[in-house]
Amino acid sequence: MALWKPDPTFYPSPRDAASAPPEKLAYVAAFDRSATKPDAIAVLDTDPGSGSYGEVVGWTELPHTGDELHHFGWNACSSALCPYAPHPHVERRYLIVPGLRSSRVYVIDTKEQPTSPQIVKVLEADELAKRAGYSRPHTVHCGPEGLYLTALGGANGEDGPGGIALLDHTSFEVLGRWEVDRGPQYLAYDAWWHIAHDVLITSEWGTPSMVEDGVVGELLLGRKYGHALHFWDLRKRRHVQTVDLGDEHQMVLELRPAHDPTKQYGFAGVVVNVEDLSASVWLWHRDGDAWAATKVITIPAEPADPADLPPVIQPFGAVPPLVTDIDLSVDDQWLYVSCWGTGELKRYDVSDPFKPVEAGSVRIGGITGRTPHPAAPDLPLAGGPQMVEVSRDGRRVYVTNSLYGSWDDQFYPDGVGAWMAKLDSGADFTFDERFFPHGDAFRGLRPHQTRLQGGDASSDSYCYP
Amino acid sequence: MTEGSLAALVALGAFHGLNPGMGWLFAVARGLQERARARVLESLPAIAAGHAASVGVVAVLVSLTQSVVATRIVAIAGGAALACFGLWRLLSRRHFRWVGMRLSLWQLAGWSFLMSSVHGAGLMLLPVITASAPVAGHAHGLGHAQGSALMSGIFVTGVHTLAMFAVAGVIAVLVYEVVGLAVLRRAWLDLDRVWALALIGAGTAAVLTA
Repeated sequence: MALWKPDPTFYPSPRDAASAPPEKLAYVAAFDRSATKPDAIAVLDTDPGSGSYGEVVGWTELPHTGDELHHFGWNACSSALCPYAPHPHVERRYLIVPGLRSSRVYVIDTKEQPTSPQIVKVLEADELAKRAGYSRPHTVHCGPEGLYLTALGGANGEDGPGGIALLDHTSFEVLGRWEVDRGPQYLAYDAWWHIAHDVLITSEWGTPSMVEDGVVGELLLGRKYGHALHFWDLRKRRHVQTVDLGDEHQMVLELRPAHDPTKQYGFAGVVVNVEDLSASVWLWHRDGDAWAATKVITIPAEPADPADLPPVIQPFGAVPPLVTDIDLSVDDQWLYVSCWGTGELKRYDVSDPFKPVEAGSVRIGGITGRTPHPAAPDLPLAGGPQMVEVSRDGRRVYVTNSLYGSWDDQFYPDGVGAWMAKLDSGADFTFDERFFPHGDAFRGLRPHQTRLQGGDASSDSYCYP
Repeated sequence: MTEGSLAALVALGAFHGLNPGMGWLFAVARGLQERARARVLESLPAIAAGHAASVGVVAVLVSLTQSVVATRIVAIAGGAALACFGLWRLLSRRHFRWVGMRLSLWQLAGWSFLMSSVHGAGLMLLPVITASAPVAGHAHGLGHAQGSALMSGIFVTGVHTLAMFAVAGVIAVLVYEVVGLAVLRRAWLDLDRVWALALIGAGTAAVLTA
């Protein structure tokens, strides 16, 4: 049943959203690398006043195995308030959860039992294939015309192109392929928009054959992974411009546009520069009528004894930072950058987006560092800060440690483990020692993306400044 | 046209103007996007024009039909259709789809026309139009009846749109200048459902008073 008043988790502007109450629960996608046990949505208690704070308090197993849960999103968000097609009396209650390997999409209801969400619908891979021609669904965004679901791969025997499928807001059926004219775009990964400017941006990773069995050295050194940003007309669904970052910049992943709808800039993370193993963050922005991208952060590789390195990077004698996720606070002031290789989470002040200033850093895990969490100082940790999510008020930052099954195994061959951490972000940037679910808390599964109850910094877009 | 019908026309216009989905919210958004009140003000006439076109089509069509077919038949058939439309609006969970915020004023008027049309804004006026129709088939002949029907349709549209425009304008400027959009979170009742009930009510009224 629809609501009489707008869903209280919808906010007209990012300014209003920053005053949202703190989240009480977090939903975390967890997957079984061996594909013998079902993947699950873990529910974490994030209420500091609660007796089970920092613990897994709910666990919804999927009916299948081998889905490889990865990213996911909400059925509705603040974009429902947008003036051209307002429908704010829908509820934010369903998680749309794609299986990146199985190409299934689960719809999971969090309303009736928030700590025990219920699966209410399963879209099988062939529906996505038949109606949109895609597979390997990844990012979910609640948008004006429906749910936008990016997919890495083609379907029906085709490796690509990857692109965006549109899902119906209410029935969650696949409506079809979003693109009318994809231009030269072939590789896909993330997508988001400047919703008030009718602009959509997509990024590039690789097709299923390029990523599913691990990173392929020849492809990487041959500079075959994605290295460009694509800009689209959100209304006409047409490709407008490609901005190539240079083919040495391999794998352009997460896209974090400014939340302020009057602005037209955003940040994109690049995993690795094959010339020096550095990682980088790019700012896209307007350059006259066209789009341009400027490298605003470079994070160098850290030299290491080859004996300490996994085979995949042994020849290089250095640990690449591997920027695999970034997240921008709702007030557009702080950018968080995950260095999954070196085990570092960096915080930048990006009030001037062209000149980020590093304003805090913590170490945890890492290929050679194995830095422990302060709550368990004797426990060396594998994996590194990976998926990072920021609360709407910007005060709390959550990270999990798994990247992607086969890639975890290459970079952390002795086991990536499973952990989640929370940081308090204010004048200082430090770990919350009370929040460290790890090891058996995740029941042998690996945690990936976090979604916060009521929304977070990467879930909502706003039409009013 | 009786005083009662006139009041009903104005009231329905105010009701349409009040609904954020019918356009004042879009005007405010356009103003906020460029921090310019002028953008709010220039958007309102375009929105009103689109609304007028949508309402006008129905008003003129109904009035013209009445000039050749008995008012009673128009009222009953139209009322039944209206009640069904309202019921569908009430039960359907589909919402208006549109993408795009960067619109020219012409496109904005087009948007408003579509928005008003799919919500049946003009249909809601049906009982007022049929109740205030000039009696058809006078000795002056068909041509004259059609001429006066046309005038009556235009008059209905004008009064209704003026009320809609005034209310939407006042709200848009108030929200833009004073209140702020945070009020949406508290005060935005689901007018689409009220609207659907109003359509059913209007349809029923048209049938009953026929």
